[in-house]
Amino acid sequence: MPKRTDIHSVLIIGAGPIIIGQACEFDYSGTQACKALREEGYRVILVNSNPATIMTDPEFADRTYIEPITPECVEKIIVRESEHIKAQGGEGKLALLPTLGGQTALNTAMALVKRGTLDNYGVEMIGANAEAIQKGEDRQVFKDLMIQIGLDVPISGTAHTLEEARGIAERIGRFPLIIRPAFTLGGTGGGIAYNREEYEDIARRGLELSPVTEVLIEESLLGWKEFEMEVMRDRADNCVIICSIENFDPMGVHTGDSITVAPIQTLTDKEYQIMRDASFAVIRAVGVETGGSNIQFAVNPDDGRMVIIEMNPRVSRSSALASKATGFPIAKIAAKLAVGYLLDEIRNDITRETPASFEPTIDYVVTKIPRFAFEKFPQADPTLNTQMKSVGEAMAIGRTFKESLQKALRSLEIGRSGLGGDGKPWRIGEKLYGDRDILPASLIRQKLSVPNAERIFFIRHALRSGFTVEDLFNLTKIDRWFLTQIKEIVDFEEALASTAN
Amino acid sequence: MNAVLALEDGSVFRGEGFGARASASGEVCFNTSMTGYQEILTDPSYKAQIVTMTYPLIGNYGVNHQDVESWKPHVAGFVIRELSPVVSNWRADASLAQYLEENGIPGLQGIDTRALTRRLRVRGALNGFISTEAISDAEALERAKSWPGLMGVDYVKEVTHREAFVWDEKDEQSADFKLRQGLEPADAREVREPLPPADIPIVAFDYGMKYNILRRLRQQGFRVRVLPATATAAEALCHRPAGIFLSNGPGDPAALGYAVRAVQDLLQTGIPIFGICLGHQILGQALGGKTFKLKFGHRGANQPVKDLVSGKVEITSQNHGFAVDAASLPNDVEVDRINLNDQTVEGFRHKTKPVFCVQYHPEASPGPHDSTPLFAQFRQLIQSR
Repeated sequence: MPKRTDIHSVLIIGAGPIIIGQACEFDYSGTQACKALREEGYRVILVNSNPATIMTDPEFADRTYIEPITPECVEKIIVRESEHIKAQGGEGKLALLPTLGGQTALNTAMALVKRGTLDNYGVEMIGANAEAIQKGEDRQVFKDLMIQIGLDVPISGTAHTLEEARGIAERIGRFPLIIRPAFTLGGTGGGIAYNREEYEDIARRGLELSPVTEVLIEESLLGWKEFEMEVMRDRADNCVIICSIENFDPMGVHTGDSITVAPIQTLTDKEYQIMRDASFAVIRAVGVETGGSNIQFAVNPDDGRMVIIEMNPRVSRSSALASKATGFPIAKIAAKLAVGYLLDEIRNDITRETPASFEPTIDYVVTKIPRFAFEKFPQADPTLNTQMKSVGEAMAIGRTFKESLQKALRSLEIGRSGLGGDGKPWRIGEKLYGDRDILPASLIRQKLSVPNAERIFFIRHALRSGFTVEDLFNLTKIDRWFLTQIKEIVDFEEALASTAN
Repeated sequence: MNAVLALEDGSVFRGEGFGARASASGEVCFNTSMTGYQEILTDPSYKAQIVTMTYPLIGNYGVNHQDVESWKPHVAGFVIRELSPVVSNWRADASLAQYLEENGIPGLQGIDTRALTRRLRVRGALNGFISTEAISDAEALERAKSWPGLMGVDYVKEVTHREAFVWDEKDEQSADFKLRQGLEPADAREVREPLPPADIPIVAFDYGMKYNILRRLRQQGFRVRVLPATATAAEALCHRPAGIFLSNGPGDPAALGYAVRAVQDLLQTGIPIFGICLGHQILGQALGGKTFKLKFGHRGANQPVKDLVSGKVEITSQNHGFAVDAASLPNDVEVDRINLNDQTVEGFRHKTKPVFCVQYHPEASPGPHDSTPLFAQFRQLIQSR
């Protein structure tokens, strides 16, 4: 199928100002999309309030609106542009591409659907439709959909009495358990129970606090391994995996704050293919017709159980990483798929000879490490959890994980040459330690057991002070494969140090 | 343990040995799959080949007793960038190094596998010699150069089962691998998809057949009698098969006159035939076509194949060094699948007879499941008659 000829102009919504949790990755994707669509001869209209983006440079769009990204403003733009197309006697309609500007763009597009703006002015949403966005974004709708297509999700149940709550705990059969009271403001009264006593306490309190005497109980995935798949789909339902990603940090840390590695390192082909099949099942069930999606999985390291956590029906932070990691320009291809091309009609930018309908296979390892700036925010809690706190990231490519990890750490511009051993001191709170000092075991244990920005360096400190890989695994639940790789770096540092002496 | 890989073009790679203390000659080829090394090692199609993986980190998840494609590994040698010092997967029974050692296969790690792969891409597949024993560069080169190569040699006879047998009569080995879900029983290794009744008898010519082909056939409700590669058409027909399957296998398809003759005879019977990989090449020859050697082959899990009838693209698992020449095929054969990377033939069907085949591996293992429906198509083809 060639490109669509019934579209005159495409409106792309940018991501707005840079905030924590949403940074320049959407400038990258939006810029690629603008270029790709102009290449195809469409008139490109862009709205983005952030002047420090490449995409707002005049040559990237036919018309650029530096206006607030709100439904009201974008509606005015739609009115003006619809009239413009009519006045010019243009053939074809105005299309809205909302999947390249992150959550802001997606939310704005959904608001425009609800206001009836798109219907009123005959604007077609391309890339993803409103129903698909709704299915992907609403947690309960998504979870029900996953169960319906036979995929695994965290086991859960609702209880109205303590007796029922006990029954659910019995059924799930292990701690920790997450308890969420229904209809309390901001979920107050909930918590994570690590044993029976805590569970009874939290459940009782939750039931009391809930105005409908109801609590939702769910198995906790803390400590499970986390994986991501970057998927592309075209109008003919061809699906490909662009990149698989394994998180160094187990579940419990936001992906944006996790060290992530491509490709997946610790799954057998059998498990990987189940994850691949599941990814396609998700993108089809949610109904993302064209373009990219990011799908996240948790895997129990003890028995391989694989559950779906969430999906983003749009280009995401991981897409930028996956594009650079594999050379497959996800945003550019997503834009071309949105206007009707099929994957095998688009050229592969790497080989220039073969089509884009393939799955990149790489002969190297890519590591991304988040960059934090807690020193600038002394009030902020430096513990990493499910809310993103990093302000940027660095990525590196190496022929081994060790090489890519060390290069990425050096790229962070925090003054370190890698894990350590570079002769530079360590500032931990108020105290200053020498590069090769052995740090107190209590400090190490504390820094390992709770995820934080310095944890990666404390793995080195721990190994140098005599912790074993097994000790580290018990404290962090970071996969033994990653820990052993770091141990090899530390062992090499020790070997080098001993020759120097 | 010092180890060496020598190539017939005069290059020598030295690195660290692992696996068995042994030496072997073979054709050196590369595989681009990022997962599935255990399936690759145990695929009989790799007989007489020294395989290098383009993905650098191998052995991360160890080996287990489930992910095997035959009764033992068949590669002549295994060459990788870095062997994992640890095994990390809940199903692992042993490390890759232990596994190769137990099976007498030499491994080489710590060499620049990218340089090796680039050489193979430029020069084409090369004969080579791998050793983890004390051996000089000169001797290793001599052994690489003196190896006669794959062309014209029948390796099928070395990997085919010598006696006919019925596959998995007790239904113990055919269930698809599945992960435990939700509150299902605790040992995930015991979770099995139920199998349909085995109600259609077929025969499978074993040229070096992967187990997952047999599992997939059984999952479709076939009762599969596996025949040695040298079986004649008469021997096959005495089992009154409703369908005939031709398997994958190693080496040069042009060296298998006996197999081509048997298939020519079977083509006269009108019984539906389905072929995979070497089976596809044998069918091509039986119908009058010719095969040729590809420069560096297709080995990996990301080969795009276009179905020319439906227009859909499948990402396929492939492992072949030879291909059927499209121009040599007669007019009553229609090429219906091509490789989008180099436009070579990936499948054809006969216009009047119930015969179809593919060059790639719809059974995957390792690789994507996109082409699994072909096994159901084989069943439909038989049932529609």
